[in-house]
Amino acid sequence: MNWSKFFSMDGYGFYVWGSYVLALVAMCGEVLQVVRRKKMLKRQPQNFSK
Amino acid sequence: MSLNWYRYASPGKFYPVASKMIPWFATAAAILFIIGLYVGLFLAPRDFQQGEAYRVLFIHVPAAWMGMLLYILMAIYAGIGWAFNARLSSMMASSLSITGAMFTFLSLVTGSMWGKPTWGTWWVWDARTTSTLILLFLYIGFVSLQSAIDDPRRADRAGAVLALVGVINVPIIYYSVQWWNTLHQGATIRIVDKPTIAAPMLAAMLIMLAACWLYSIAVVLTRLCCAIIERERGVGWREEALTR
Amino acid sequence: MSTPSQFAMFRWLVRRDLTLAWRRRADALSTLFFFVIVVSLFPLSIGPDTQLLRSIASGLVWVAALLASMLSLGRLFAGDYVDGTLEQMLMTPQPLYLIVLGKAFAQWLVSEVPLILITPLVGTQFGWTRSALLLLVVSLVLGIPVFSLIGSIGAALTLGLRGGGVLLSLLVLPLYIPALIFGAGAAEASLASGSPEANLYLLGAVLVLTVVFAPWATSAALRISLE
Repeated sequence: MNWSKFFSMDGYGFYVWGSYVLALVAMCGEVLQVVRRKKMLKRQPQNFSK
Repeated sequence: MSLNWYRYASPGKFYPVASKMIPWFATAAAILFIIGLYVGLFLAPRDFQQGEAYRVLFIHVPAAWMGMLLYILMAIYAGIGWAFNARLSSMMASSLSITGAMFTFLSLVTGSMWGKPTWGTWWVWDARTTSTLILLFLYIGFVSLQSAIDDPRRADRAGAVLALVGVINVPIIYYSVQWWNTLHQGATIRIVDKPTIAAPMLAAMLIMLAACWLYSIAVVLTRLCCAIIERERGVGWREEALTR
Repeated sequence: MSTPSQFAMFRWLVRRDLTLAWRRRADALSTLFFFVIVVSLFPLSIGPDTQLLRSIASGLVWVAALLASMLSLGRLFAGDYVDGTLEQMLMTPQPLYLIVLGKAFAQWLVSEVPLILITPLVGTQFGWTRSALLLLVVSLVLGIPVFSLIGSIGAALTLGLRGGGVLLSLLVLPLYIPALIFGAGAAEASLASGSPEANLYLLGAVLVLTVVFAPWATSAALRISLE
C-alpha cells in the first residue's frame, strides 16, 4: 500500500481529503450541538411546571 | 398480539422508545461510515476520466440526496402535524430541518470541491446548483420562521405552510439535469436498469448513503427528544422518565 | 338583505383598498421612487460604460422591481390586521381565497402598475431599442403579479411578528427566484436577439400556477396567524 500516493490522491489530495474533513467537522459539530442541548435539558430542575 | 401504534403518537409514550433506539442507530451509522470509506477510498478503482478526484462524490452524492429526502420528509411530517393536529409530527418536522440544512450545505461545499478539479471552477450557476441553493434558503427560512414565532402551535403550522409551498423545489432539483443543459451529468444510478458505474463505486455510494441515513435518524431522534422535553414541561411522565 | 355575489364582493374589496391607498399616496409613491433610485444607483457605481450597462440592464431592472415589490408587501395585511378588519374578513361567509386575491390585485394596481409604466423611462437610461423595452415591460407584467401573490404568502405567515420585514424577505426571496430567472431571461434574450418565447411561456406558466395556488396558501397562512 503506497501511503504517499494514497494521501496525495494524484495531486487531488486537497479536494478529496478536504471534502471528507469538512463533512466530519459538520457532522461532529451537529452531534455535539444536539448532545449538549440534551444534557442541558436533563440537568434542569425536575419539578419545573408552567 | 395486536399493537396499537397510535399510542406512540403521544410525545410521552414515544420518548422512551426514541431514547432507546438512538444508540443503536448511532453505532450502526458509525460502522457503515467506516466500511463505506474503506470501500470508497481503498477498494474502488480510479475513474477513467476524473482520476482520483471523483472520490469526493462518495460524500457529495449522499449529502445531496439526504438534503432532498429530509426536506420531503420534513414537509410530510409538517403537513400531517397541521392536518391532524399532531404535535409530535410537527416536532419531528422541526427536528429534521437542521440536519437537512446541514446536508444541503455540505452538498454545496463538497460540490465545489469536486467542481474545481473537474470543471475548473469553484461555482457555476447551472439549474441544479441554483435550485440546491434555493433549497438551503428554504431550510433557513423554515428555521427562522419557527424561531421568530413564540406560540409553538402557530410556529408548527406556519412552518408547515412554508415547507409545503417549497416542496415543489425538490423535484425541480432532481429533474433539472434532464430539463436543462447543465454541467451536471445525468443520473447514473437508475432503479430499474443496470447502473452505468463500476460495482465497487456503486457499493461505496450506497453504503455511504445508508450511513448518512442512519446518522440522520440518530441525530433527528435526539433532537426530537430534546423538543419533547422542552415542550412537555410540567407533565408527569417527564420527571419519571428523566430521572431513570 | 341578500348576500352579495362573490364578484361584487371582489369589486368592493378592490375599490376599498384602492381608496385607502389613494389616501396614503405617499406609500405607493415611495415604492416607485425606490425603484427609480435603485436602478439609477448602478450606473453611478459601475460607471457610464454603455455596453456594460446594456448587458446587465434587464437583470438590474428586474431585481429593482423585485425589491420594490417586496418592500410594499408589509403593507398588504398590516393595516387591516391592526384595526381588526382582517379578523372580520376571516369570519365572513365569503371565500377567503377571493378576499386574498382581491387584496393582492389591489396592491398590484397600486404599487406595480406605476412601476411598469415608468420602466420605459428608466430603460432609456440604458439605451434600449423600442422592441426590447416592450419585451421588458411584457415580462414585468407577467412577473410582478407572481411577486405580489407569492409575497402575500410570506406577509400572511409573518403577520405581527417582530423582525417582520427582514424575515419576510428571507422567506419570500427563494420562492421569487424562478420567476426572476425566467423574466430577466426573457428580457435578456430579446436584447441578445435570441428567442425570448421559451422564457415567456415558462413565466406565464409560473403566473398561472401562482394565481391558482398562492391565494389558497395565503388563506391558510392567515387563518394560522390569526388564531
